[in-house]
Amino acid sequence: MSDLLVKIRDLKIEGRSDEIWNPIINGIDLDLHKGEVLGLIGESGAGKSTVGLASMGFTRDGVRISGGSVEFDGIDLLTASAAVKRGLLGKRIAYVAQSAAASFNPAHKLLDQHTEGPVQHGVMSKGDSEKDGMELYRKLRLPDPDSIGFRYPHQVSGGQLQRAMTAMAMACRPDLIIFDEPTTALDVTTQIEVLASIREIVEEYNTAAIYITHDLAVVAQMADRIKVLLKGDEVEEADTRTMLSDPQEDYTKSLWAVREFQRPAKPAVITGATPVVAVKNVTAAYGKIPVLHDVSFDIHEGRTVAVVGESGSGKSTTARCITGLLPPKQGVIEFDGTPMPLDYRKRTKDQLRQAQMIYQMADTALNPRKSIGEIIGRPVQFYGGLSGKAKRRRVDELLDQIELPGDQYHDRLPSELSGGQKQRIGIARALAAEPKFIICDEVTSALDQLVAEGILRLLARLQDELKLSYMFITHDLATVRSIADEVVVMKDGKVVEQGPKNEMFTPPHHPYTDLLLSSVPEMDPDWLDKVLADRGVDNIGDAAVGKMN
Amino acid sequence: MTVLYIALMIVGCVGLGWVFRFTGQRISDNAPYFRDMGLGSAFGFALGMVVLLWVVVTYYRGITAEGQDANKYFFFLVAVHGLIAFSVLAYFFRVLGTLIGSEGSKKVFRNMPLTASFGIVIILAYAFVSLFAGQISVTTIVIVGVIGLIIAEIVRAGGDGDAAKGIGAAFGIAIVIMIVMFFVGPLAPYGQEEVLAKANVVPGGNPAMGGDPEFPLGTDQIGRDILSRLIYGAQNTVGIAFATTVLSFLIGGSLGLLAATLGGWLDQVVSRAVDVLMAIPALIFALLLMTIASAWAGSEKWLLTVFMVIIIAVIDSTRVFRLSRAVGLNIVVMDYIEAAKLRGEGLSYLIFREILPNATAPLLAEFGLRFCFVFLTIASLSFLGVGIQPPLADWGTMVKDLAQFINFAAFAPQVASAPLLAAGAIALLTVAVNFVVDWMLHKSSGLKE
Repeated sequence: MSDLLVKIRDLKIEGRSDEIWNPIINGIDLDLHKGEVLGLIGESGAGKSTVGLASMGFTRDGVRISGGSVEFDGIDLLTASAAVKRGLLGKRIAYVAQSAAASFNPAHKLLDQHTEGPVQHGVMSKGDSEKDGMELYRKLRLPDPDSIGFRYPHQVSGGQLQRAMTAMAMACRPDLIIFDEPTTALDVTTQIEVLASIREIVEEYNTAAIYITHDLAVVAQMADRIKVLLKGDEVEEADTRTMLSDPQEDYTKSLWAVREFQRPAKPAVITGATPVVAVKNVTAAYGKIPVLHDVSFDIHEGRTVAVVGESGSGKSTTARCITGLLPPKQGVIEFDGTPMPLDYRKRTKDQLRQAQMIYQMADTALNPRKSIGEIIGRPVQFYGGLSGKAKRRRVDELLDQIELPGDQYHDRLPSELSGGQKQRIGIARALAAEPKFIICDEVTSALDQLVAEGILRLLARLQDELKLSYMFITHDLATVRSIADEVVVMKDGKVVEQGPKNEMFTPPHHPYTDLLLSSVPEMDPDWLDKVLADRGVDNIGDAAVGKMN
Repeated sequence: MTVLYIALMIVGCVGLGWVFRFTGQRISDNAPYFRDMGLGSAFGFALGMVVLLWVVVTYYRGITAEGQDANKYFFFLVAVHGLIAFSVLAYFFRVLGTLIGSEGSKKVFRNMPLTASFGIVIILAYAFVSLFAGQISVTTIVIVGVIGLIIAEIVRAGGDGDAAKGIGAAFGIAIVIMIVMFFVGPLAPYGQEEVLAKANVVPGGNPAMGGDPEFPLGTDQIGRDILSRLIYGAQNTVGIAFATTVLSFLIGGSLGLLAATLGGWLDQVVSRAVDVLMAIPALIFALLLMTIASAWAGSEKWLLTVFMVIIIAVIDSTRVFRLSRAVGLNIVVMDYIEAAKLRGEGLSYLIFREILPNATAPLLAEFGLRFCFVFLTIASLSFLGVGIQPPLADWGTMVKDLAQFINFAAFAPQVASAPLLAAGAIALLTVAVNFVVDWMLHKSSGLKE
């Protein structure tokens, strides 16, 4: 076909580790036509980003293309000279990275970075490019399109930065843009806005795109075709609708099924029962900046309270108040009806033991220099006073509870484990203290969906076995749906709505809850169109949140 | 005229580079390596080839030159021979490392650059020389053995059998070497204070040039053997520098980590105090304090050395404080520290068990670098006359004592090399430590070649 833009045949890529080259991609074919959007999905380590970069003829350091061919518009990128590639990259092929905040140079203004490409490639003069940039900003519905370009990257929000990056990629009107997880780091309310803008502008300029993501619902909105990767191999490829309605391979089916995990509803809390944790009228501030206003909610034995809201809404700050890391200015934190000292330094060992935390990033939550046995063994020794063989037995028991065989994992370091396994170790460390109450701070948001589901099932099982109470902080409403008993919705440091899960997911809602719920992408390729039709382009994302204030 | 030569040279090299690239393209059938080579890189290759050619030609002229003419090439030949000898030494040391040792250590050696291998072998040689400069006494061997036994037993009682075996083996090897060296005798042929019959013997051991085979590196003005003093100098200078660095890390490292962990007013007070100390130029400050200390020490020479160790350690610990505080601050914000705090852990557990293990890589690299600076400071102070006091041999003092012979460099290079021997010993160790530190920093930064 004449409109074939990217043609990859039998692509093999190897990465170097420990003195040998290990295969990362084992022979992948990929076709992309002009104006088409291809979704690449798979869990982390599947090779999505590697394939995306390879379609620009580029590999990261320590990685090499060992076989196959990559053709862009008839030009073989693997044998092309550096000069030819320089002419293509940025001008005809552009790249949008996951973290716009890390990809912009903080020392230059947005528009100055925007014009660099066109001026370098001789497409436009600086003045024309600036005008064009403002036009693109307008099309991407950035606020103040004429002046936002003169701000520095830190002066605009994450979602705006991601759109500015898309505008920058568009600056030379490329034929191909590679989007590498552009919305993964954003809140749902911001994500929907970025998705709508990207789709609109890609359609308008008939740009082909490779959209890399691990979020199936997102890719359903964006892509014409979907290709599923697993450990460097292609699983299957089909049109978006066919893929969603009729996946052929077992692996794809399992990906699709992840979101179906749901716990049976529990009986209502007996009125008058003493809650395990009670947060009463808590007001807190970082220095002079107030962050929490009069927050109150109860957590009962054996139940899960999900705290939801976008970033900056005070979810994690509430957790810091409960643990005593940030003593509240006013209010009371009660465990089992007894008020706790507000500062964690003033709490007794036993009071500290009762509330444990599991963190979002298992990488930073486990000391990289300590073995699994030491990490889990320390609280066992510290609280339980066990040592030697008894300690070892208890650690093995805990490892057994989190479904990892003790003899294999006892002496390993965290760096030798996968993300899901590390998160399980975090859970075991919390369990080692034998607490009544565990705070789970976004524990699944850094994990792939299949792995995240495993963690959720584990937490649910432990709750049933050990009568634990959870405070589950998350911005992912699918997680809330599967695990929560009660929901607390927070915004700007205030609780806007709270109640049992079933009530929360049935209308009528508080307008903010409504916005949050309707911004969660669904596995329906028409979902984004429907939302846009219902609410209008100016009534999504930041704009809608802004109107509410 | 010189400018014209330089311009001609550059133009010639550019031309040569262009020819090189063109031939490369033709011969290799336009391989990407030559095709994508910029003219700048080609120029670099050409210049490199020209310089190499110049070295070869000069070397040839040097070995064939006779009489007075040969003196011009003396230091050039020493440099070339030294470079070749050290490269070969480093290469074979690395080969040795890949053949013996555990699987892990073999892998480290396989991936080691030649510079790091050179650095390690030189540091090992210095350590060996400084440990066995004089006759080793039976008491020392017994003390080391007892210490080894105690440490191994403590570790075994702590429940770590494998580590105890490793420690036991290390001490065993050390004792075997010490016993061998006990019978071999001291490395230094003479004592460091011994005044011999012949003064001003020229280094080289060639009687025709004024040397003496009895004293291969010659003797100084009052007839002390330079080789022996170099060997004892290693013991004094390196040993004192090592002790000083350890002390400065104890002070700076613990204060830095403490400031990072506690923050607040303690951090402010210590940091501002360090700022004040750092505002005063280090060498001048050290000189000033040494002058005061020499008044306190009076005639007790060893007391002055103790003062020097303390003064340099305190001045240097300010740099260590800054680094360990910065490293500590990055670790303190980690979630695992928060988890430990919420568990109710004490300060010493936080610092020594949670933070320190994660700070070892940058601190170890800094240790190497600090060691060099401390070592140079001691040598400078000795050169200025307030450092290590005679009759103890010290490289800085040796350079100072023999400095006037430098003037002979043009016509009697053997004579001029007398002060340069001590200076060379200083330079060699500094370069070696820096190579190893660079390599460690490169490794800990996770960069791949």
